Amino acid sequence: MIPTRDEFYNALIERHGAENQKKFDRATVAICGLGGLGSNIAICLARAGVGKLILIDFDKVDISNLHRQQYKADQVGMPKPEALSNNLKEINPYIIIETHNVKVTEENVIELTKEADIVCEAFDKAENKAMLVNAILENAPDKYLVSSSGMAGFGSSNLIKTKKISKRFFLSGDSVSDVNDGIGLISSRVMVCAAHEAHMALRILMGEATV
Amino acid sequence: MVKINGKEYQYENKQLSAILSELNYDRERVAVEINEEIVPKVCYDITILKDGDIVEVVSFVGGG
Repeated sequence: MIPTRDEFYNALIERHGAENQKKFDRATVAICGLGGLGSNIAICLARAGVGKLILIDFDKVDISNLHRQQYKADQVGMPKPEALSNNLKEINPYIIIETHNVKVTEENVIELTKEADIVCEAFDKAENKAMLVNAILENAPDKYLVSSSGMAGFGSSNLIKTKKISKRFFLSGDSVSDVNDGIGLISSRVMVCAAHEAHMALRILMGEATV
Repeated sequence: MVKINGKEYQYENKQLSAILSELNYDRERVAVEINEEIVPKVCYDITILKDGDIVEVVSFVGGG
């Protein structure tokens, strides 16, 4: 039996308080990249009752994603935004989701994220992370931006931190663990970093834009 | 004196792009803020640091 919207909302109010829940419910968060970071960020925010998510990724679910990304074996081959949207709706049937199965570029990023209060950068490649961060900071300075760098390998999860770089720009990760150093991406450590990004997003929505 | 990621350098009157190369940053993988303002990539060559500037160079690594 699926709870009604009121039942669902009231259960969230019990955990988060009515004032915070109202802020989460009214918010829109864009998640750019739906891999290990983005799919886990989306799950955290959907569970917290964020009203609307904009999910953006050009890729399809691959068997190599299943060890750390929030997809299921029978979703291999599906576009990631659609697969993740289905999974999120199973968790929170009342969330509003907009999906874009496109590659984020300097040219389309502002249009894709224009409705978002917060943009979460969740790409894999360093160049793409830098592109998105530069594009948002240069062209959409009123948005909050939560990005990440450094979460590969089996290093201690305690090294992952969130830093406030400037007024509206936050960065999670250990800043140094590069997947290109051959250390792989481990589900638990990527999830720690994703949880940092998601938690920062919730704190920003509550009006606590500090670390 | 300028501060880059919390460390002091004698880089006043020096071009940002030259500093980034000297410190071995890859300009395709960074975002640079001076006194909390983003520096657009197209301005790296024409941006000259001033005494007292506080610079944050966010250098990204891969993985996600």
